[in-house]
Order: sequence, then structure tokens, then C-alpha cells
Amino acid sequence: MMPERVLNAVVLAGLLAVPLWALVVDEPFTITLATRAVIFALAAVGLNIALGFGGLVSLGHAVFFGLGGYAMGILAHHAQTFTPLAEWPFLIEGTKSMPVIWLVAMLTSGVAALLIGLLSLRTTGVYFIMITLAFGQMFYYFAISWAAYGGEDGLSIYVRNDFPGLNTLVPIQFFGLCFALLCVALLFTALLARSPFGLALNAARQVPARVETVGLDPLRLKLVAFVISGVITGLAGALFADLNRFVSPTMFSWQMSGEIIIFIILGGTARLFGPVVGAVLFVTLEHFLGGLSDYWHIYLGALLLLIVLFARGGVIGLLAGRARLHD
Amino acid sequence: MTDAVLATHGLTKSFGALMATDSVSLDLRAGEIHAVIGPNGAGKSTLISQICGGLVPDAGRVDLLGHDVTMLPARLRAQQGLARTFQISALAMEDSVLQNVMLGALGASRRPWSFLRPVLGQRDLRDTAEHALERVGLADVAATRTAELSHGQRRQLEVAVALTLNPKAFVMDEPMAGLGAEGSKRLTEFLDGLRAQAPILLVEHDMDAVFALADRISVLVYGRVIETGTVAEIRASQAVRDAYLGDPA
Repeated sequence: MMPERVLNAVVLAGLLAVPLWALVVDEPFTITLATRAVIFALAAVGLNIALGFGGLVSLGHAVFFGLGGYAMGILAHHAQTFTPLAEWPFLIEGTKSMPVIWLVAMLTSGVAALLIGLLSLRTTGVYFIMITLAFGQMFYYFAISWAAYGGEDGLSIYVRNDFPGLNTLVPIQFFGLCFALLCVALLFTALLARSPFGLALNAARQVPARVETVGLDPLRLKLVAFVISGVITGLAGALFADLNRFVSPTMFSWQMSGEIIIFIILGGTARLFGPVVGAVLFVTLEHFLGGLSDYWHIYLGALLLLIVLFARGGVIGLLAGRARLHD
Repeated sequence: MTDAVLATHGLTKSFGALMATDSVSLDLRAGEIHAVIGPNGAGKSTLISQICGGLVPDAGRVDLLGHDVTMLPARLRAQQGLARTFQISALAMEDSVLQNVMLGALGASRRPWSFLRPVLGQRDLRDTAEHALERVGLADVAATRTAELSHGQRRQLEVAVALTLNPKAFVMDEPMAGLGAEGSKRLTEFLDGLRAQAPILLVEHDMDAVFALADRISVLVYGRVIETGTVAEIRASQAVRDAYLGDPA
């Protein structure tokens, strides 16, 4: 067994080394693949806070992924067509600035997570899964029917958005940006897990009755976790749209929600690097097996089955054993 | 009865035709251990749920420190100084023993909305938590995963979490359940000293413990208090004998 910290460091170093190697041997597509993995990882790091720490199996996290995507799509669309978003009550212009887009994406996702959480958290178990799924479908069909922003066809953004000091169209620079954001999110999650909030949330997942008898509100803890979770997944959505320079209703689809859950289960639920390992594994399989057959999901399904049956802790659990408690 | 720390007045709760709690009035005074005994199905757990905030009574009132708390959720009753231990340990099994008591200290501090500082590094909370573990004798296993504790140790941890709340009153639901003779004896001694800190409403099946500890005993049968009195009075009561204790051989 490898200490989890060492394993995490190896994963992070590998994730950085592959695109750098691709840069040297001039394989820009590999860099794009790595960026895709990093963005998926970020989305799953977000979900892991709700699902792993809070025990909230949300089958609707594509809502936040999609909102982030559409925040980018809509702002950039107005910027590239030189039309204002709104003229009343005051003028709102589109923008090509990534920091502004990220902020809008995170804010929108956060508000959506608050509202969805307030309603969904009245339920638990299967009902919670179903109600989050229902919200996901609502957003999906809304996006499909929203003709102003492409409806089913989605929105194409011709030029990637700007980040001060970088040329984001250079694959390795955009990768670096996404990688840095992933590192920030991982650091935040690591701190969160050890914080008072993390302790209380962890207990709220296991024994809500106990949390109440010490005078804390388990639902409020879970709601805050759900909002934080949505904000991070929303940011990932904005990056994903920028990576593809395209956003469409599929970002809202329940398959997308399912994939984010799969990343976590593959890598290891509630483990800091579980979502990262899962997303990397997914993108790797998607690339290599997808090249062999359009039906590569069969192999993914088999792998998922093996992990659920024999390695509940995911790949991280397999390689690093059970999570350590504390020093 | 203004000197009562905790009191119920005519507490009534029925499930369909079953009167689980039938006009129960009892009080808990400063410095005492008030034991509630009764055969299985007498309504002890239902009573505790109403006192602690899990169930809303059909009629009657619960007063804590002279304030009506009947409609307050469990969380707010806890904030006002009511500490409950569970009959079946309700602990975060995946967490360490220390983390479980830290949760209590954190709840008492009401500062859970801190996201970046390590909780175990917060000296004041940690002191409260470690002190509680020392008092119940679990300091040695602080870093152990709670799931690995013996049954008896889990019972001790239940009490330790309640201690971290520094409560005005304890409500303990069968703290001796499943403890061996040795464990019961140790916990009895511990509770004996604890009443000086805050009074204890003790629901318990272990009669040796009840008779050793209780200042007063209430006997609950079919949801109704048939007798409240000192140990000697309860032992002497014909009604209690008939209903519950049975004739001594």
C-alpha cells in the first residue's frame, strides 16, 4: 500500500507531466485530452463535496455544469455579436473575459444550488436522487427549447475567451489555467475536510440525529455543502465550454450527471484525489477504447462493476487502503 | 415548581388507539438523579423523544429552565442546555473517538461555519473534547476509529459527547444497556459524581444501578406514571410491586 499523500502527489505530477511531454513531442491533441480530464476532475471535485462528504447522491449536477457552460456561452455570444445581454433596467454587455465569466458561472450555479438544495434536501435516499434528476431534466429541456441561444444546436464561440497575460488559444496555456484552478479547488477541499464545517458535515452524513443533539442543524450543513459543490462544478462547466468553444444542452443531460458520479466512484468516494483519478481514467478509456469501438461504454460498465463489487474505495482505496483518520 | 431544571406537565402522546404517553408530569431538580423505570413498552422511549424534541406531544408541555420548549426542535433544546445520550449509540462510526467528542465541543461553541482552519487545531474545542474523554476514561483510544470500539466504550463515548455540551440537564436513555457488571459499576460511580454538575433524568433497566443512584424514581406503566418517590418509597409501594417489580422471592 502506498501512502495516500504520495499517491496524490504522483497523480498530480503525472497529470502535469503528460501535457508537458506532449508539448515537447508536439502532440497538441494530447494536451486537449489532458485539459478535458482536468476539467472533468474539477467538476467531480465539486460533486465529491456533496456526494462524498455530505452523502448527497445528486443525479443533477449537470445542472451546474450546464449553467457554467451557458454562462460562458451567453456572455461570449453577446460579446462576439456585439449585442447587449439586456438594456433594461441597465445595460448589461457580453464579455470575453474569463475571470468575469467564471464569476458569473459560479454565482449562477451557487444560486441554483441553493434553490435546488432547499427543495431537494427535504427528501433523502432515492427521492433525493430522483428530485435532483428531475431538476436536471428541467434545465435540459429548457435549454433545448431556448431558441435565442441555439436551442438544440447549442452555441458556438469562435475564439476562446481571454485571460489577462495569457494566450488561451495555445493549448498548453489553457491547460495550465485549468490545472491551476483544479489545484486551488483541491487545496480548498483538503482544508474543508479538516475544518469545523468538514467535521460537522461528515457527522451529518453518518448520524444526523447526533448532529442535532449537539445543537447543530444537519440540513443547513448539507445545504451549504451542496451550494459549495454546485459552485465548483459550475466553474468546471465554464471551462469545459471554453475548451470546446461550444456549449449545448448535452451539458445539462442526465448522462453528464451520471458521468460525474462515475468519476468519483472510479477514483474513490470522499477521497481528495478520487475525482481526479476517476476523471483521468475515464478520459483515458474514452480515448483508447473509444478508438477501438463505439461501444466502449461496455468496458467502462464492466470496470465500474468490478470496482463496486471488489474495491469500494475506488482506485485510491485499492492503492492506498482506507482513509487515514488524523495525526 | 420554578426550581425544576426540566419538567413535563400532562405530556400525552398516542399512536392510533395506543396511549404511549398518558398525561405524564414529572420534574428534574438541581443536583438529583431522577430515574424513570418501567417494563418494556411502558412508553419510556416515547417520553424521551418528547422531552428531547424528536416527537411533538398531542397535549401537555415540556419546560426547560422555566421556559416552554414543547415546540422547539431538538437542536434548539440542545442549545438551551439539554444533553441526550442514545439507547443505541448514535456515533459517527467512521470517525475517530476524538472527532466524535470534537463534534460535541463544536456544537456547544456554535461555530461550525469555518471552512479553512483545521478543527483539531482549535485549542479551546480540543481541550473541552479531550477533557471529556479523560473523564470517561477514553483518553487512550482518542485516535481510534469509533467502529473499532467495544460496546462498552461506545457507551462511554456517548456520555463523553454529552459532557462536552456542558449541559444544564442530562437525559440518558439506558446508558447501562449491554454493559457488563464491571462496566455498569464503573458507569454508576461516574454518574453518581456527575449529578453535582447537572441533574440526570435516567431511563434505565438495570435495577441495581437505579437503586444505587436515584434520588427519586418514577414508575411508568402503560404510558402512565403510577408512582413517584424515593427508592424506599418505591420499594415499599404495593402498586409498583403489582405492576412491575413482582413479589420478592
